[in-house]
Amino acid sequence: MATVVSRPKLSLLERSYFPALLGGLFITIKHFTNMVFGKTKVTMQYPEQKWDSAMPDWYRGAPTLVTDEHGRERCVACQLCEFICPPRAITIKPGELPADNKWAKVEKYPKKFDIDMIRCIYCGLCEEVCPEQAIFLRKDYSITGLSRSEMVHDKAKLYELGGIRTGLVHKWNEKK
Amino acid sequence: MMSLDLFLQPEIFLVWTSVLKTLAILVVTLTLVAYSVWAERKVSAFIQDRVGPNRVGWAGLIQPIADGVKLLLKENFVPAGVNKFYFSIAPSLAMIPSLLVLAVLPFGSSLFGVPMVIADLQVGILWVFAVSSLGVYGIVLAGWASNSKYPFLGGIRSSSQMISYELSLGLSVIPVFMVTGTLNLSEIVQYQVENGWMIFPAWFQSGGGLLEITTDSGAMFGLSLERTLLWIPMMISFVVFMIAMFAETNRVPFDLPEAEQELVGGYHTEYSSMRFALFFLGEYAAMIAGAGVVVTLFLGGWSLPFIPDGSQGWFWGLVNIGTFFAKVAAIIFFFLWVRWTLPRFRFDQLMKLGWYVFFEVALINIFITAGILAYLQS
Repeated sequence: MATVVSRPKLSLLERSYFPALLGGLFITIKHFTNMVFGKTKVTMQYPEQKWDSAMPDWYRGAPTLVTDEHGRERCVACQLCEFICPPRAITIKPGELPADNKWAKVEKYPKKFDIDMIRCIYCGLCEEVCPEQAIFLRKDYSITGLSRSEMVHDKAKLYELGGIRTGLVHKWNEKK
Repeated sequence: MMSLDLFLQPEIFLVWTSVLKTLAILVVTLTLVAYSVWAERKVSAFIQDRVGPNRVGWAGLIQPIADGVKLLLKENFVPAGVNKFYFSIAPSLAMIPSLLVLAVLPFGSSLFGVPMVIADLQVGILWVFAVSSLGVYGIVLAGWASNSKYPFLGGIRSSSQMISYELSLGLSVIPVFMVTGTLNLSEIVQYQVENGWMIFPAWFQSGGGLLEITTDSGAMFGLSLERTLLWIPMMISFVVFMIAMFAETNRVPFDLPEAEQELVGGYHTEYSSMRFALFFLGEYAAMIAGAGVVVTLFLGGWSLPFIPDGSQGWFWGLVNIGTFFAKVAAIIFFFLWVRWTLPRFRFDQLMKLGWYVFFEVALINIFITAGILAYLQS
């Protein structure tokens, strides 16, 4: 059904454009003065102000590797994360732990563990798939670098970001 | 001592004071240009509830210098197929006329007995019109020489817009000359010092007052019959002149030659680096020159009521100069305020407004003024 839009009949004053013009000028100067006197709420000034404190616990930031309470690296180089990673951002080179190592019964460790942060899509599948709870998505979101190679997080960087995480996996403890 | 005498010889004195004044006004104007770009960004941000430039220096105050450095360092690209000669001279043609206009504007009363105007021409305002309308050549040549459709449309729009508005611009100031009886801008300002500003005639020297308060020094504050009657055509002149000035300086709502949403930037689409900067700065310099002309003709130039002029000492001379630039800054703020309020006119609306409304209003206004002057003299 057609809708009939009634055109308002404008008075001579309205057609002269001046009332609308003055009204517009009034609105803009109101915004201007509100801003000058600090009454306007403006957007967060990002690098100075950050929303880190308001960030939820479930925030999915950069994936990191963690060590347990004994300083043992939790990753056992099972490569499940490497296989599940949708953009194939993770590259692991597994190695064998020497027999004289304190944690020799773990058998494997990652010689090399790289996450390409240009590829990473922060999906969290690596964290979900990890049987050892060794990889966690932390709250770091500002990952920058000046070159592609700088954007690849190696093992040292991943442990630095991840830190220590005490928790559920105790199966490798000596007493067990 | 010989050399000092030489410097005080009238001709040589005129030369070196003029050179000094020219340099000073050039430096002040270019600084004003740079900072009106900053003001434009800041005012637009504030009107749109944003923060505006705030990274380079406090509140972004060094931003204009950073912009200047950026433009200087960019590649000065000349597209293939342009007419190289006209392409190169067009930016200068856009910038220089607006600077030349400043030569005749009295930006202060006098400082140490030197009149604060670079060239006190008898033709005054005619020089302003003659020179400032040359600015359109820069735009038209840029549009034509670029060999590209958007600049071409911008150039065409610019010339037809200029034809539509130049007439009402010229006609709207004729009442001012009928009242003051001179074209010399310094004398027009002097008239306003004695008889009140054209848009605020609240003090006068000779009798016939409707409402007057005589101060101790003999100055009369109030409204004279003569000036009150003339106030009406002066206000009409002022409004028409202001609107025509917007069109002349290609400011919104009459920025059709640029029209970045339709014409990709219009006449300066093909320009980059310093050539683009010249257009950009030329636009702002034209704005400052236009504001200076408005202030001189209608807002009493460097004068403030009951503030003495430079003959009373250098301090007052400096106050007068400050007053002039403060008024110019206020007008520039008005330009910016309007830009971020009004949408652009459609092209036919603009031509219609120029030819059907402002031309007639300005013409009739001349007859109104003539009638009032004839009535007052009888």
